[in-house]
Amino acid sequence: MIEFIRKQAYLVDFTLSSLLRRKGKNFGLLFVYTLIVFMLASVMLFTHSLKKEAGIILQQSPEIIVQRLVAGRHALIPADYIEKMGRLRGVTSKKARLWGYFYNPVVKANYTVMAPDHLVLTTTEVIIGAGIARTIGLDIGDYFTLRANNDTFSFQVKDILDKHSELVSTDLVLISQKAFRVITGIPEGQFTDIVLSVRNPREVRKVAEKLVQKLPDVRPVLREEILRTYDSIFSWRQGIVFVLLVGALMAFVIFAWDKAPGLSAEEKREIGILKAIGWESGDILRMKFWEGIIISLSAFMLGYLAAYLHVFYSSAVLFEPVLKGWATLYPQFRLVPFIDGLQIATLFFFTIFPYVVATIIPIWKASVTDPDAIMR
Amino acid sequence: MLLSPAILALILVSAVICLMLMLAGGFAIQLLRLWDINSGSELQLRLERRTYLISTLLTWAFASELISLMLFIYNAESMSGQFVGAMCATGVLNVNEWGWPTLFLKIVIFFSGTIWLALNYLDNKGFDYPLIRIKYYLLLLILPMVVTEFYVQTRYFLEMDPDVITSCCGSLFSVDAKGVAAEVSSLSPRDAIFALYGTGLLVMLSGTWYLLRKQGGLIFSLSGIAAFVAAIMSIISYISLYIYEHPHHHCPFCILKSGHDYAGYTLYVPLFLATSLALAAGSISLWRRIPSVNSAVEIYAPKLVYLALILFNIFYALAAWWVWQSNLSMGSIWQ
Repeated sequence: MIEFIRKQAYLVDFTLSSLLRRKGKNFGLLFVYTLIVFMLASVMLFTHSLKKEAGIILQQSPEIIVQRLVAGRHALIPADYIEKMGRLRGVTSKKARLWGYFYNPVVKANYTVMAPDHLVLTTTEVIIGAGIARTIGLDIGDYFTLRANNDTFSFQVKDILDKHSELVSTDLVLISQKAFRVITGIPEGQFTDIVLSVRNPREVRKVAEKLVQKLPDVRPVLREEILRTYDSIFSWRQGIVFVLLVGALMAFVIFAWDKAPGLSAEEKREIGILKAIGWESGDILRMKFWEGIIISLSAFMLGYLAAYLHVFYSSAVLFEPVLKGWATLYPQFRLVPFIDGLQIATLFFFTIFPYVVATIIPIWKASVTDPDAIMR
Repeated sequence: MLLSPAILALILVSAVICLMLMLAGGFAIQLLRLWDINSGSELQLRLERRTYLISTLLTWAFASELISLMLFIYNAESMSGQFVGAMCATGVLNVNEWGWPTLFLKIVIFFSGTIWLALNYLDNKGFDYPLIRIKYYLLLLILPMVVTEFYVQTRYFLEMDPDVITSCCGSLFSVDAKGVAAEVSSLSPRDAIFALYGTGLLVMLSGTWYLLRKQGGLIFSLSGIAAFVAAIMSIISYISLYIYEHPHHHCPFCILKSGHDYAGYTLYVPLFLATSLALAAGSISLWRRIPSVNSAVEIYAPKLVYLALILFNIFYALAAWWVWQSNLSMGSIWQ
């Protein structure tokens, strides 16, 4: 065993010095390889964290959202629907919500305006998200204006929402219900939607079924459905980016096929000399195997590290617009680093595996050639 | 069809392994027809050189098969959120009828691969390649499995339909759709315990017998396979319950999660290693009578048996330990 390890150690030593003898070529290869790993790893780390983040956020959201449909479109829901629902076993609370979007042409952004019933706000007070405060430069006590129905409404900023919840609350505007109805013109007794809390997750689907039977014109949207949809959409987007990157990957494979095991005259001569002094084909294969391992692992680690820094310290500047979606009031948030076996194994198959497959045949060709044929 | 990177990777790997084995298979046919160790012809020389390539290709192919087995399970785990009723990997494998066959094929290919690699190693130790025909016949047997695996896995992924919100009706449709079965059925704990320790005893006895008498390598391999099957069934039947500390959760995959201290790895790693070593030991011990590899068999087969026995023991100790340290007590229920 010790004999075996020692032999491999000598081989690695030899391989390293042989790699360093051709610095230009090998560093070029390493650079391209690292770049490929970097791109793929960035996409994976970023979407994975977004998925996680979405999951964490939705943990807080209600189990069922009930929307009313009129002619297949989302419509306002009358308050008496809560009574019409009656008592549903398993539902711990029913609440009607009032909320909507406002477009502000000045900052070219959409605000999400909500009128929560658990906050005590006078008609002229407002609480805004950190993104809005940053963009228009507002602070507590300043005045915040909304334009709607050909009229302008001013509110005094009472508070700015916590930075920790910025991913969800960046564009949030909280005002009183009365003010909301005045601005939007939604009449008393009408709401945007109704949310239900269900304690036992196994009952959620049954509750939704009962709801649809009682009130045929509503559609219940379940939290687990939203989660499932997010999950597949993020995976799908990631898949699309990967498919687009396959072109780059193919180019890399061809490049590796052409360059990596090195059939340049000089390297051929080296192999010839090694065989002439007594190396076997198996030894050459092993040396080339170590060469591949050294290059692959260096590229993999460098690329992965760079991707990690890119995603978690620079918020993935390169891929953000594609993977996250589009909005003007970008929240500033630090993603939670998250790495798992699935990512590493997938990345392995997208980078190291094609490289190895592409180089096996050229390596073998080099290793079985007769020394005299090469050196001549 | 789902377009997630892990699925793309799995399909890509299966396709490439398929291609590699087809290449090797084509060569195997050529070799079986034309191989003549006594000939000094250029053709024979070419064939001998080509065997290096095939060995390297297959080593990589089987190593990748192992990683793809792991990726397959991780992927099933991570997709459990996308199907109604799927709580973990088991549910995702139940999504359509191709899930479990894919998993079983991957495991069988992995074990066949270890047998092939062991034979290949032994063959290279003999100066006259005594096992070369057997080796390539075996390769021709593995090839259809790999092709089937590629087909079954592709069907599995293509026929997956995630339950996502459609713009028209929200949860209506998912209420109608029936969820996938989230559980695996299991053997009764009593039978499982008997099977586990019975086959364990068989492995110990046949292994010791081999070490003492240098006979019965094949029996050792077969009892290794039996022990493997019994071990998997016991994990599903009762060991997992003690790890989850839950009397109804039988999933053999959730024990791989961090929430359960990665207990699965402590069981599966020794078990898979021990089984593959037992298979390797048995498959090389058969060729003791061939003079050119006789000494190699004498050296390596006992070593492999020895290692396999140690790993089996580690597995049994850990399996017992996980049950022992658990807070769950099923004694009065199962009697």
